[in-house]
Amino acid sequence: MATPITLPEGAPEEVVTHALLRDVDLTPFGVAGTLSLITLDNGLDHNRPNTLGPTSLMELDAAITAAEGDSSVAIAITGKPFIFAAGADLSGLAYLATKDQALAIGKLGHDVFRRFGESTKPTFAFINGLALGGGLEVGLHCNYRTLSATAMVGLPEVFLGLLPGWGGATILPKLIGPERAVQVIIENALNNNTMLKAKDAVALGVVDAAFAPVDFLEKSVQFAANILNGEKIIRTDYSQDDAQWSAAQAKAEAAIAKKYRGADIASPQAALHLLMQARTNTLSQGFDAEDEALATLTMSDSLRASLYAFNLIQKKRKKVEGAPKANLARKVSRVGVVGAGLMASQLALLILRNLKVPVVISDLDQERVDKGLAYIHAELTTLVEKKRMSAEAAAALGRLVTGSVSKEIYVGCDFIIEAVFEEIEIKRALFKELESIVSPECILATNTSSLSVEKMADGLKNPERVIGFHFFNPVAVMPLLEIARTPATDDATTATAVAIGKDLKKTMVIVKDSPAFVVNRLLTRFMGEITDAIDEGTPPAVADSAMKSLGLPMTSLELLGLVGPGVALHVAETLHDNLGDRYRISPTMQNFVKSGVRAFYLKDGSVNPDATAQLIQGSTPSTSEEVRVRALTALAWEAKAMLDEGVVATPSEIDLCMLLGCGWPMHLGGILPYLDREGISDSVNGVRFHQPGVASLPA
Amino acid sequence: MSNSPVVLCDAVRSPFGKAGSLYTGVRADDIMVRTLRGLFERNPELDLTQIDDVAIAAATQVGDQGMNIGRSASLLAGVPASVPGYSVDRWCAGALTATTTLAGAIAMGAYDVAIAGGVEHMGNHPMGDLMDPNPRYLAEKLVDPDALAMGSTAERLHDKFPHLTKERADIYALNSQRKTAEAYAAGEIQRDLIPVAIRNPELGWSIATVDEPPRPGTTLEALAALKTPFRAGGRVTAGNAAGLNDGATAAILASEERARALGLPVKARMVSFAFAGVAPEIMGYGPVPATTKALEKARLNIGDIGLFEINEAFAIQVLSFLDHFGIADDDSRVNIHGGAIAVGHPLASSGIRLMLNLARGFELQPHVQYGLTTMCIGLGMGGTIIWENPHYLGKRG
Repeated sequence: MATPITLPEGAPEEVVTHALLRDVDLTPFGVAGTLSLITLDNGLDHNRPNTLGPTSLMELDAAITAAEGDSSVAIAITGKPFIFAAGADLSGLAYLATKDQALAIGKLGHDVFRRFGESTKPTFAFINGLALGGGLEVGLHCNYRTLSATAMVGLPEVFLGLLPGWGGATILPKLIGPERAVQVIIENALNNNTMLKAKDAVALGVVDAAFAPVDFLEKSVQFAANILNGEKIIRTDYSQDDAQWSAAQAKAEAAIAKKYRGADIASPQAALHLLMQARTNTLSQGFDAEDEALATLTMSDSLRASLYAFNLIQKKRKKVEGAPKANLARKVSRVGVVGAGLMASQLALLILRNLKVPVVISDLDQERVDKGLAYIHAELTTLVEKKRMSAEAAAALGRLVTGSVSKEIYVGCDFIIEAVFEEIEIKRALFKELESIVSPECILATNTSSLSVEKMADGLKNPERVIGFHFFNPVAVMPLLEIARTPATDDATTATAVAIGKDLKKTMVIVKDSPAFVVNRLLTRFMGEITDAIDEGTPPAVADSAMKSLGLPMTSLELLGLVGPGVALHVAETLHDNLGDRYRISPTMQNFVKSGVRAFYLKDGSVNPDATAQLIQGSTPSTSEEVRVRALTALAWEAKAMLDEGVVATPSEIDLCMLLGCGWPMHLGGILPYLDREGISDSVNGVRFHQPGVASLPA
Repeated sequence: MSNSPVVLCDAVRSPFGKAGSLYTGVRADDIMVRTLRGLFERNPELDLTQIDDVAIAAATQVGDQGMNIGRSASLLAGVPASVPGYSVDRWCAGALTATTTLAGAIAMGAYDVAIAGGVEHMGNHPMGDLMDPNPRYLAEKLVDPDALAMGSTAERLHDKFPHLTKERADIYALNSQRKTAEAYAAGEIQRDLIPVAIRNPELGWSIATVDEPPRPGTTLEALAALKTPFRAGGRVTAGNAAGLNDGATAAILASEERARALGLPVKARMVSFAFAGVAPEIMGYGPVPATTKALEKARLNIGDIGLFEINEAFAIQVLSFLDHFGIADDDSRVNIHGGAIAVGHPLASSGIRLMLNLARGFELQPHVQYGLTTMCIGLGMGGTIIWENPHYLGKRG
């Protein structure tokens, strides 16, 4: 029997997952006797998955006690429709104030779950739906597992900055071998939280069998009956396989290094350590080690920042801060994209695929139009080849897209987005021309990265229909969309833009129209400090590795290669002109553009000698740490300025932009929680961005 | 009739539940789907792409019994999309009608193999749910007011045949319970039941494996003491009538030629069928004219019938049938494993339950050449199918 614990103070009330116990008569399945079947069900629909908090665990404990005590021949556990269990109830974690509290939660989970492994009766998990984290770990404690063929399972803990500390880190490597365990626990978690499909889970040995959902329970009970009748599942002992354990370690280290670029990030390291210990640890030793490791992570600022970031992303995916009422949105049944270059073509394809409405594109000459159309058709063909779309669906979409050199093609459009050359006069003239062609309600959106949307609307009859609609490269992949309102933009226009963004499956932040909005403004400021340090005489290798400890997805100079020196310089110039000298124009960068240097690093990762040749350096080098503090200081200053200017209303929106617009990691909380915990916010601005406890340990 | 007779290859059913109990929280179509899958699993010889049609009956065709349940349930059961499906309604005789309609298509050579089924979740769809009888029925006295309440039609049968007393009805009911209990003890019922996963939001998941309605321990005294809800001082009780139930049935029908070619079992051979109408207020009498007609078409006499499967909507309805044909209340040829009074009557599904009982009777009694399945139908009808025993050994058997 487990010992109950109470929720930490301030934690939201637990949504209790009940453990309902019922008998199943095994006679028709060829076994005399009954099976005790526990159903996890929080009484809500699949939109609120089962989660396991302290009260839920105690209910499960009581159900196991009852199942142990009755005359059944075996015990099984399953979930509510579509959901087995989505893991530990994380809502209380942010309120844990002491390590003892954290230890108690880990121990409670173990005390309850391990009863499935230690029962005198055979135990089965019938994983009928989504099973994540602690949800899957319940199943791992059981002797056998079946899985619904359409269910997804995974251990996302390391993605969240935690580790599978309710048995997963110890049981899984013993069950399926360390290499596969590394794949599930570390590689998948670090690879955008990849979950396992049923066939993968079977192939890896995470589950013993998968059955179609239509009669999943009947087939699972038959599976259990067959086991009870003596059918065997062969388990391998991996403990003597030296090669596998060293291969697993190497594989994990490579995955961690790739993801965090050499930064020392606690959660995957701790997970790997436990996983390797599982070779010799008994289950009890492993569970104790998990408790300790989990409690240590739980009491870290980086975990609190991760949880904050995770919740932020989840919440804002559904709700767009400051969006007008959704019913103000107008129907969009024809979309125009101006420009047929790569960006414009990508936008046209994205809109076509998600809105499935006629999309028209234009450019200056027929050759460019044809090239744009060819790109779209080729991408559709690729989707068919990759079996991600049927040939018929691709052909139907293909018929919806047309192009012309004449702007008359935009007649009848409800929404037009421009992606023409980044030059304010060109864009203003374009909108003016379009206004004479389209209806007064047709939205004119711009994908500009740094220019003033308000100025683009200057002189229009209907400036209220102009809005910024800023994507991130590659547009099909990056989840963020900055929606920039000018003082004139009306609610119907904004609501329509938000509705389109939702259809495009983007997370949106509504920003005030201001130079470079959020992501590019912060990134440009940040990169500017690095290039300035180089210009002053810091060796590029020193400057560019200054941020290594943050675990950013790429260095400043790698990012330069991605956006291209031309675009980077253009944005820097715009910001310099609009926001002042803190955005300096780097002579090195000007040289790069002038001489056609496209990247600092070559494809193989080595330094581009052409770039080195173009460096213009002074004689006042900085140390790596000086560069780090300087860049972070600039970020703190700029973020505060943006909040003061009202570019966005809350620090969370800045974090959201950095998380989703440039993939900055969750353990930094985006960026502001990191600046807070490093003391940078305080030293630069005299104030934190977030109160203690919001995205960090409580004070 | 074509050269090749129509045969019943196999039939199965879900366990039956009491409305508002075993299947609370379960969808009717899910019970139907699972029953179909159980039927297919039992008959791996049947290539599902070769099914010519799927006809499924439900008396209340809305919600989880709507959307053309014949098409919908077969898609949900994994039957290939190339196989068509339709829904059937003749109230209690739905599955019986699905069977005869498909048999007609097979007999004329249009179909070779077809699936018949029936489902009723009376917990989800109480009898008369969403029914909107035309006011003309009563205004113009087109039917007697009793005609629309099935219990009252049973009382009217007692009125019509006063010698068929409440005591005889109760004794009949007791026998039905006893025969069912004996059949259960011998494993005769379970062999054709398909286990169905059930989930009650309050109780969690389990699996329905046996019928819920039977009351094996009941006594004549207990039956005698029951209320007569349809009429003060009446004769019809919950004990001598079928209950309100949930369940599904399914059967494979084929031309005998195709069945043999595919290696499917042949459990009964259709000889003739007939439906007939009676005054709606004595709907329970419907099996009498329907059977008379079916016998005529088959050129058989009632004496040729060695096994009877009569749906026990009400004991009085069975008694009036037996009385008409001069058969004793406790004749051993009748409902050998008991009937709906014990196991329940999920309206449209019951016809196929009669067939699977008869098919088992044929197997157990190879000396019997002919049997029939018959049932009464609301608004005054009866339906009968006469079957030949493929295991028949000839007169010497």
